[in-house]
Amino acid sequence: MENAPLLEMRNIKKDFFGNQVLTDINLTLKPGEVVGLVGENGAGKSTLMKILFGADVIRETGGYGGDILINGQKVNFQSPFDAIAAGIGMVHQEFSLIPGFTATENILLNREDKKRSVLSYLFSDRLDTLDRKKMNENAAEAIKKMGVNIDQDMKINSMPVGHRQFTEIARELSKEQLKLLILDEPTAVLTEKEAEALLESIRGMSKRGIAVIFITHRLNEILAVCDKVVTMRDGYVVNESPAGETNVKEITQWMVGKSIGDDVSSQAREEKDLNRKTILSVKKLWVDMPGETVRNVDLDVQEGEILGIGGLAGQGKLGIPNGIMGLYQAGGEVTFAGESIPLNSPRKCLDSSFAFVSEDRRGVGLLLDESLEWNISFPAMQIQNKYLKNYLGGIIKWRDEAAIKEVTDKYIDELKIKCQSSKQKAKELSGGNQQKVCLAKAFALEPRLLFVSEPTRGIDVGAKALVLDALKKFNREKKVTIVMVSSELEELRQTCDRIAIVSGGKVAGILPAGEDREKFGELMLKNC
Amino acid sequence: MSEKTQENSLKGRIQGFVKTFGLPRLIITGFLILLLIVAPFVGADLPTQISNIINRFSWNGILVLAMVPMVHSGCGLNFGLPLGIISGLLGATMSIEFGFTGSMSFFMAALLATPFALVFGSVYGWLLNKIKGGEMMIATYVGFSSVSLMCMMWLLLPYHSPNMVWGMAGKGLRTTISLEGYYTQALANILQINIGNLSIPTGAILFFAILAFAMWAFLHTKTGTAMTAVGSNPDFARSAGINVDRIRLISVVMSTWLAAIGILVYEQGFGFIQLYMAPFYMALPAVSAILIGGATVNKATITNVIVGTILFQGIVTMTPTVMNNMIHLDMSEVIRIIVSNGMILYALTRKTEGTK
Repeated sequence: MENAPLLEMRNIKKDFFGNQVLTDINLTLKPGEVVGLVGENGAGKSTLMKILFGADVIRETGGYGGDILINGQKVNFQSPFDAIAAGIGMVHQEFSLIPGFTATENILLNREDKKRSVLSYLFSDRLDTLDRKKMNENAAEAIKKMGVNIDQDMKINSMPVGHRQFTEIARELSKEQLKLLILDEPTAVLTEKEAEALLESIRGMSKRGIAVIFITHRLNEILAVCDKVVTMRDGYVVNESPAGETNVKEITQWMVGKSIGDDVSSQAREEKDLNRKTILSVKKLWVDMPGETVRNVDLDVQEGEILGIGGLAGQGKLGIPNGIMGLYQAGGEVTFAGESIPLNSPRKCLDSSFAFVSEDRRGVGLLLDESLEWNISFPAMQIQNKYLKNYLGGIIKWRDEAAIKEVTDKYIDELKIKCQSSKQKAKELSGGNQQKVCLAKAFALEPRLLFVSEPTRGIDVGAKALVLDALKKFNREKKVTIVMVSSELEELRQTCDRIAIVSGGKVAGILPAGEDREKFGELMLKNC
Repeated sequence: MSEKTQENSLKGRIQGFVKTFGLPRLIITGFLILLLIVAPFVGADLPTQISNIINRFSWNGILVLAMVPMVHSGCGLNFGLPLGIISGLLGATMSIEFGFTGSMSFFMAALLATPFALVFGSVYGWLLNKIKGGEMMIATYVGFSSVSLMCMMWLLLPYHSPNMVWGMAGKGLRTTISLEGYYTQALANILQINIGNLSIPTGAILFFAILAFAMWAFLHTKTGTAMTAVGSNPDFARSAGINVDRIRLISVVMSTWLAAIGILVYEQGFGFIQLYMAPFYMALPAVSAILIGGATVNKATITNVIVGTILFQGIVTMTPTVMNNMIHLDMSEVIRIIVSNGMILYALTRKTEGTK
């Protein structure tokens, strides 16, 4: 047991409600070792780290399978506190800092150095006063350990983003028992110079014997700093190799799947005539959507095609349809069939016969408390005055329940929506069937251009195929142009004619769907 | 075998009924029926009591109905009901001031109240659109402050009709104004049915029925459908091209107008106009009635209104009478306050929200 690794994860398994997200993950880590963990969104990196850190969400969803050993001892963390006590620190993608406190106060939060006072003798040690001098010393030491200089008296809300990130790292480093530090995409918000400094500080930690798990999409950083690269895909570890023996291209291949032979996409799709005219033209589009900022997008959509928009999460692909449809503040020029479309007005877009299936199914896509009939017929009723009976020369527009039922039954039948009746409430359906209702709602509008955002998110494989087939059929039979946004590249390659990859809020490139996976992978990481 | 399935289906049907009607409502209905059964034994005259309940239903029904539009549009329960009531009171006092009498004064009061309701409602709706998420809290304070402002205005506005102003000073409106000679029982007298001690104010009930039908019909139109959708999920409505603020504004104006008409109907039954602090006490009983009727913060039907008003008014009128007769002490006012506030408290704990 002398040379037991610092951390050993054996056959880790995890499913969320029957949906397998991690399968047989093995990972070992020696003291001072730096491991780079890479993989596409949804590959299972974050879930794996949550298991290691004892996050509540894991326990609430039924725990995990397999063993975690620290220094050869089996552990089972009940909460992040246990994990911290065992010497694991984690720097999250989202900051967990108190904005109005200084760096020192944040670094030592709840571990402050204290002085006894009269009151604390009389009552309890909760009335101790803070030993500011000692705190400053300790914080300064932690910052020194990190090797990057930040102003420890500055309040978090007046710091640049990069410094906030460093404050978090310093907080973890100030914990004396720290043996393993998890960095979840720490460089995403850093400038190049700051990132460089961070890498330097990782090297420093490693020298002091602290092991680091480093998650990032910037593969060059991984190669620069890590001893070992672990690549995950679809809940499996697909590759584990020393960083010195590989390169960016190889890692990209592993990430997106290297088996180029099983290319389903090109064989399944019949060749369409590609010299078509542009129907939608987007120029200099910016969208202020939190977490999905679009910076400068130029995009042409051809009539009758299915255009895919792919890319990693947070790069802005979701912002494009949401911005064009007016759901988030946007600017730029959008022209549809020669006509200029005003932005920031959902009504104008719908009047120009656009339709949108939102990625936020429960928040925007559905009236959860209402019947399927309402959900499917509502937009068409409001926008196009369908399913209404006019009385008194159109002054009274009465809901035509029979027509509503008819159209709902038609789509229930066509899309095979599993439900008891068209009167059932939308919230009672499963995710896949809810998604079909969202599609039916858009189909009922009979749009000329349909935006579909993450149509298969959170639904099972069977429903996925049905949804994608429905889209393809709609495109083929009704000659509707479809713009489909998805984080699953494979799904885009199966469904679309061309795929635009968005990275850093811009279109990194547009490729035919039949192109090699690596080429898409390269584009995805281009502006990260 | 067949007997067994029948039994099962009967059981299922009862369970289904309990589920749709709601257990709290079943218990309150049971209690009300119990009171009605006990009443004759303790010496209260049953037909009089039933007339009482029906009468009070006819007075209050429209005020409860006024809750419906704002609940549908997601503005929550209209705690700002006093604002609409004040519009109604302005209409009522102006109608008398301008010298209209008899049934005509009711019609004119409604007509004169309408512009006030539309203006006040628009401003109130504009305000509620500014503070989405905290509607009910703000509504409560809109009610409070409008009542306080009008307490001053009732004294200052240039009313001169001797039937309304203070006798000695000759100016400023009295707290209570009799409607004798004006529109007292203006609706109730239409087609009134009298059988012994039982009297049914057919006209007032019909008037309520017309407004309730109009509301039901409105909710079946395109705009009404949009209103329900806005209340159910504003983001969904917005993505379907609905102007959410406009729909909410319409609902607030409708609610305010119904409150104005509602107070006029209340007055014609009650026989008096009550000014100053009186509007203050009208919102909570109406809110409670609709909650007891089974409405939630963002779902309400006409059935909720009818069932809730009957149950609330039934309990509030029956309990004091029965208790008084049982203990032979005149405590009716104390008991009435305890019961009505207890019902309000109970109803507010029943407040539930839909899926978000």
